[in-house]
Amino acid sequence: MKQFVSFVKKEFHHILRDKRTLFILLGMPIVQILIFGFALTNEVKNSQIAIFDQSNDVATQALRSELNASRYFDVVKDIHSYPEIEAAFKRGTIKLAVVFPENFANDLDHFNTAQVQLIADASDPNVANTLTNYATAIILDYQDRITNSRRLPYTINTEMRMLYNPQLKGAYSFVPGVMAMVLMLVCTLMTAITIVREKELGTMEIMLVSPMQPFKIVVAKAVPYLLLSIVNITSILLLSVFVLDVPVNGSLLLLILESILFTLTCLAFGLLISTKTDSQQTAMFIALTGMFLPTIMLSGFMFPIENMPLPLRVISNIVPAKWYYYIVKEVMIKGLGITAVWKETLILVGMLLFLLVLSIRNFKIRLA
Amino acid sequence: MSTNNIAIHAESLTKRFGDFTAVDAISFEVKKGEIFGFLGANGAGKTTAMRMLCGLSIPTSGTASVAGFDVYKQTEQIKRNIGYMSQKFSLYEDLTVRENIRFYAGIYGKTDAFIKEKTAFLLQELHLEAEANKLVRSLPLGWKQKLAFSVAIFHEPEIVFLDEPTGGVDPVTRREFWNMIYKAAESGITIFVTTHYMDEAEYCTRVSIMVDGRIDALDTPMQLKKTFGVSSMDEVFLKLARQAKRSGD
Amino acid sequence: MASVVANNLTKQYGKKKDLVQALKGVSFEVEKGELFGIIGPDGAGKTSLFRILTTLLLPDGGAASVDGLDVVKDFKAIRQRVGYMPGRFSLYQDLTIEENLEFFATIFNTTIQENYDLIKDIYSQIEPFKDRRAGKLSGGMKQKLALSCALIHKPSVLFLDEPTTGVDAVSRKEFWEMLRSLKEQGITILVSTPYMDEASLCDRVALIQNGTILSVNTPDGVIASYKHPLVAVKDDNMLQLLNLLQQYEGGLDAYPFGEYHHVVLKDGYTTASVTTYLQEQQLDHVNVHSIRADIEDCFIALMKTESHEHK
Repeated sequence: MKQFVSFVKKEFHHILRDKRTLFILLGMPIVQILIFGFALTNEVKNSQIAIFDQSNDVATQALRSELNASRYFDVVKDIHSYPEIEAAFKRGTIKLAVVFPENFANDLDHFNTAQVQLIADASDPNVANTLTNYATAIILDYQDRITNSRRLPYTINTEMRMLYNPQLKGAYSFVPGVMAMVLMLVCTLMTAITIVREKELGTMEIMLVSPMQPFKIVVAKAVPYLLLSIVNITSILLLSVFVLDVPVNGSLLLLILESILFTLTCLAFGLLISTKTDSQQTAMFIALTGMFLPTIMLSGFMFPIENMPLPLRVISNIVPAKWYYYIVKEVMIKGLGITAVWKETLILVGMLLFLLVLSIRNFKIRLA
Repeated sequence: MSTNNIAIHAESLTKRFGDFTAVDAISFEVKKGEIFGFLGANGAGKTTAMRMLCGLSIPTSGTASVAGFDVYKQTEQIKRNIGYMSQKFSLYEDLTVRENIRFYAGIYGKTDAFIKEKTAFLLQELHLEAEANKLVRSLPLGWKQKLAFSVAIFHEPEIVFLDEPTGGVDPVTRREFWNMIYKAAESGITIFVTTHYMDEAEYCTRVSIMVDGRIDALDTPMQLKKTFGVSSMDEVFLKLARQAKRSGD
Repeated sequence: MASVVANNLTKQYGKKKDLVQALKGVSFEVEKGELFGIIGPDGAGKTSLFRILTTLLLPDGGAASVDGLDVVKDFKAIRQRVGYMPGRFSLYQDLTIEENLEFFATIFNTTIQENYDLIKDIYSQIEPFKDRRAGKLSGGMKQKLALSCALIHKPSVLFLDEPTTGVDAVSRKEFWEMLRSLKEQGITILVSTPYMDEASLCDRVALIQNGTILSVNTPDGVIASYKHPLVAVKDDNMLQLLNLLQQYEGGLDAYPFGEYHHVVLKDGYTTASVTTYLQEQQLDHVNVHSIRADIEDCFIALMKTESHEHK
């Protein structure tokens, strides 16, 4: 036991003395949360739009002020021809153009139907999509009000309700994502690197020719990163609750236990990598491609898994982050308990055991 | 291009790192075609001095010229006119013998005809014809070192710098290596060599011994032994190095 | 009782095409309390041999024991009792001298206090700097620290893999003095080195080349078994002299050796015959004298017989 404590102490010395790495490890989650929270958000605010109003009547005037009043749009330009629209897009001065044809109010009054054209700059498809959706919503909203007031018999009511995230905050989906990413990065990458570094240094040779059991070496290496991860989980949760206003709706204890489970899975994966590689570079490369990319691409955090082709959907099932991401969403945002996520939890436990057994069996008690 | 017969000239050459003086105003000359032994304990300043002469590090003060070029302003010309080989094997292990030669010769902008002719000659000289298309990785250490030396002088430099070229090499190959050094020196290439083997110091035309950043002795091996009243270079070295105040690396 | 026994050890690396035979049947015994040198150039198989004896590698063939324990079966027990210092500096650069030592003491289930006597002579030299990080130490100090760490658990056998490689002559001398005094304390020491001149500092040596042991003997014994007359020759033009000596019909071999050339003579040839030969070649005032072989002469001779036998 004394050996073990002494080893853990040594690991802490390594971590605490490498100030730059420590700074990155502790600062990264904070920076990521802030970047996702404020800069990279999917919400679009005050997007500059132009209006090509060929009708210029009561209805178009009303819609114009509705659009302008919303916090999503600023009407910055009046346009008088189609070529002008294209020119404005090319200059990048506008993100969306709203085109009212002639006799807009007239058509609406007499035929109960009128055309509006929305032209968006789809070079950024996500933004274009969001903008047209918002604009459509505003226009429908307006239509609702005027049809209601006239009590016409045929109205199509499109009601949208956003569950769990009524304000449509992007933060709700990226907080669990960032947690998965940070834990993965700290645990998998750092455990792999720290063990391989001892191989490179030659100290692993001395450790092996010592009474310390290899298994203890490995566990001792993992302990500091487990603690570091708990610090990271705490800072992410504090930031998301107090800065981003994303509350923890479910049990905090459950959330933390699930996070520790995921952390252990990542540590086991890092350990497996370290048993298979002899240089820090290779270890880093494998950790990044084997864990980091799948976490970003296939966990459902950046891109919805439902929209993926079948092979990718199947592959996503072996990505631990996918299950963790799902669990965090259910627990933290929907406020559900273990009954809702026991299946996913079991899958993670299974992965953990599988990786542990594999890496312990692979751990070499000799050099070759 | 230098017109006189001096290959390296250093005058009060100094390099400081902060308040640490790694090389402390050394002055010496190396004649063309000489085998110049550059000895010193670990940390005496050998490597720093060599880096300045190779144009890899700008001196803090003093002057020096290598092959007639100034170490402050003409580092590019210096690099073109010297060869360099270090103990840490400097060839690419995952390229073949021929590819390594081709690569290094290419760096110095030699013509294809020159490379072709000289490669054939070199392979024959080293008895490596059969291994020409084998990966360098598969060669024994002694052969690698001999090949590395041949590559370092392939472009016919005026001076070649050898940093512990024979470390860990077996005694027979070590002698074959020195034989190559002699031949190169005879063909007019100036040799600047560091070593930890004191018997190799005897093979040098002249030897300098650095202690604490200064050159404390510089003469022919015979004269050095006479001056210090001892019978071997080993004793000369120990006598000087034991006076060192600072410790290595 | 023999402290270390190697019996016909073989080891190879790589697959068919680039198969490297690192050890080709290595056998020797090291007595308790002996300072035993494994002398040979890089690539001779020294590190493979040390790794097998320290249980880090499995031999492909043959057997070996340390303190009577089998290196394959009893590897755990061996790991409790040997000290090992690998070729490169293998301590934690970001820990201080004291932290390194304390760490290794704990790993080996002991404390600095318990075995302080053993390392006192060595450690006291670096103790004044005990709060300095290992990465900031000079080469000589690193070596002393590494040796202290390898000794802290009072090992019965100490394995030192090329401790003096790349180290200057002064530090090498110091290091060997430390080994002599450790030997006084009854520890068996196996040390490998590529420097032939260090052989004379060992009790016994094994000369190794290309995975084969050329000879196991005391340094004097190695030299005594040198069969041929040997002369040292010196002149102003050493290169010309070497060419002449290599053509000499009475010579088996001629090679540079420090300020002299050594000439190995066939039986029946003497200093006088060499002088006569050189006079015939118009070299009148050449310094020729008979000498006793040194380990390096022996190694060269053994290397050449070995390669002849293989051809």
